[in-house]
Amino acid sequence: MSSTDTATEAPRDERRDGEMARITAALGAAVLDSLVKPNDDMWIRVSADAWRTTGETLKSLGYTYFCFLSGIDWLPSPFGKGEDDPTEPTPERDSTIKQGYTGGATRFQVITRVMQPFTSLGVNIKVDIDDSLAIDSWCSVYAGANWHERETHEMFGIGFNGHPDLRNMYLPSDFEGFPLRKDFPLLARIVKPWPGIVDVEPLPGDDEEEGEAS
Amino acid sequence: MTMLGDRQQLAYIAAQAADARVNVELETEGMTLNIGPQHPATHGTLRIIARLDGEQVVWAEPSAGYMHRGYEKLTEVRTYPQVTALVNRIDWLGSFANEVPFILAAEKLMGVEAPARAQHIRTILFELSRIANVSLFLGDLGVQLGAVTPVFFAFRDREYVLNLIEAATGGRFHPNFDRIGGLKDDLPAGFIDETRMVMKKLRTFCDQIEDLLFGNEIFQSRTRGIGVIPKDVALQYGLSGANLRASGVDWDLRRDQDLPMAWNKADWKVWTHPDGDSFARCWVRLQEVRESTKIVDQLLDTIPAGPVMAKVPKIIKVPEGEAWVSTENPLGEMGYYVVSQGDQGPFRVKIRSASFNNISIVPWVLKGVYVPDIITILASLYFILGDIDR
Repeated sequence: MSSTDTATEAPRDERRDGEMARITAALGAAVLDSLVKPNDDMWIRVSADAWRTTGETLKSLGYTYFCFLSGIDWLPSPFGKGEDDPTEPTPERDSTIKQGYTGGATRFQVITRVMQPFTSLGVNIKVDIDDSLAIDSWCSVYAGANWHERETHEMFGIGFNGHPDLRNMYLPSDFEGFPLRKDFPLLARIVKPWPGIVDVEPLPGDDEEEGEAS
Repeated sequence: MTMLGDRQQLAYIAAQAADARVNVELETEGMTLNIGPQHPATHGTLRIIARLDGEQVVWAEPSAGYMHRGYEKLTEVRTYPQVTALVNRIDWLGSFANEVPFILAAEKLMGVEAPARAQHIRTILFELSRIANVSLFLGDLGVQLGAVTPVFFAFRDREYVLNLIEAATGGRFHPNFDRIGGLKDDLPAGFIDETRMVMKKLRTFCDQIEDLLFGNEIFQSRTRGIGVIPKDVALQYGLSGANLRASGVDWDLRRDQDLPMAWNKADWKVWTHPDGDSFARCWVRLQEVRESTKIVDQLLDTIPAGPVMAKVPKIIKVPEGEAWVSTENPLGEMGYYVVSQGDQGPFRVKIRSASFNNISIVPWVLKGVYVPDIITILASLYFILGDIDR
């Protein structure tokens, strides 16, 4: 339940602080957490119940430009970077979920960004997706959310209640699995080991000589 | 779905009413028209399914995905410097411009800033890729509408720009030249004089295209008033770039955003058009090429001395955090949402490409138009397949 004071660094950004105060005042209890990085960007996390009203409120606050909507799967990949040596047993990997800015409580989050034209101020809005794996659709608020929600549904398996048409965009309709989930293996890396693993050489100790590894 | 009382909707309702009267005696049947996936007018493998009533489109739906390469997944198994080789292939006509926002996002997370000289050269190459990209659009536009000459002009003059990009970066289409902390290399000898000459040629090209196409009566009658997109609709669909400015929104991320690039060091103008129709979209793009040549010309005069690469570690590890950077690319707003968990590679990258949003408006804008106008509207919205599917 923090407010704009989350930004603790010395430089202040009055424009963004002021905007964040407006947003949190308008959204009230729907805002679970917020963050302003001075001269960079704004983040808020809202409760899932208030998802659609968040969109409506932001639109009425002048955030009329719909930028993008997508999902994040916070589970660390069980396959690492896909550079395991297939002859060795799979190494143990830490599977604790570590959320990013403004925190979160669930494995999946939906993230979207809307912007104020002219001022170029944008806000990234996150929402936790619980085990029902569904959330309200933003189609009736921002028409542009339509395709983005279709893509997110197909790639993460997150449903959008009230979406007119959640067909797959890229994959065949009978495709099983959700490719952008972290536990979906990148098959190209599994059927054929990554060639990079064979020519790993010890690198010179200091990083001072050149800026670029050739 | 949306509050859209406008000319197209009215035309559609009028057509329905007329049909209802006609259909008393004559039973008509709807027809489904498939444009693509391999159709010369679709710039690649985009398929448009249109349901027609006579000559009028009742419903249309683009079907993308014939070129989906899964870059968002692939970035998760790459290191940061490797990602630029992937994102190069998103908008393949203006490749260098794709690298810039990603590199800027990584630099933002690392707290690195490229030296002034690198920022300057980045901006020059960025604008050169815009010129290469949009000049081809201007020629291609003619072909779509039945004029063959402009495309030869466009290919000829784009070649000069590609030669410049090749001279500077070594790659005509996929430079892969941008690095975290600066650029791979400095400009080659003679680049500045050569670029000045090419910019002059490109301005002549713009004048020729204006004479050949924009002043042409047939071109005007085929584009004016066709595919009108009002301001509020354009915004809520997330249209960007020239498509948005053609609807009267005076917003350019190059001017209105604070990025470590050199656009604010040149004097140039953001063009808008109040009409929002196909003609406006094409016209705004033509002006943009002209402005870009001006930006390049001015920046060439003021390239600061110094290194082109900041000091960065050999193995790049990006600290934990999240960053969003978007730039005004040839096709519109291109941005990357990068999530880092302190690794050598990104944890998640969301690629926001301009054409994905620009094309998502197609079902709305094609409603009620006539069949030949489908081509005009698609051409004027200007998309690149790699930019839709990623």
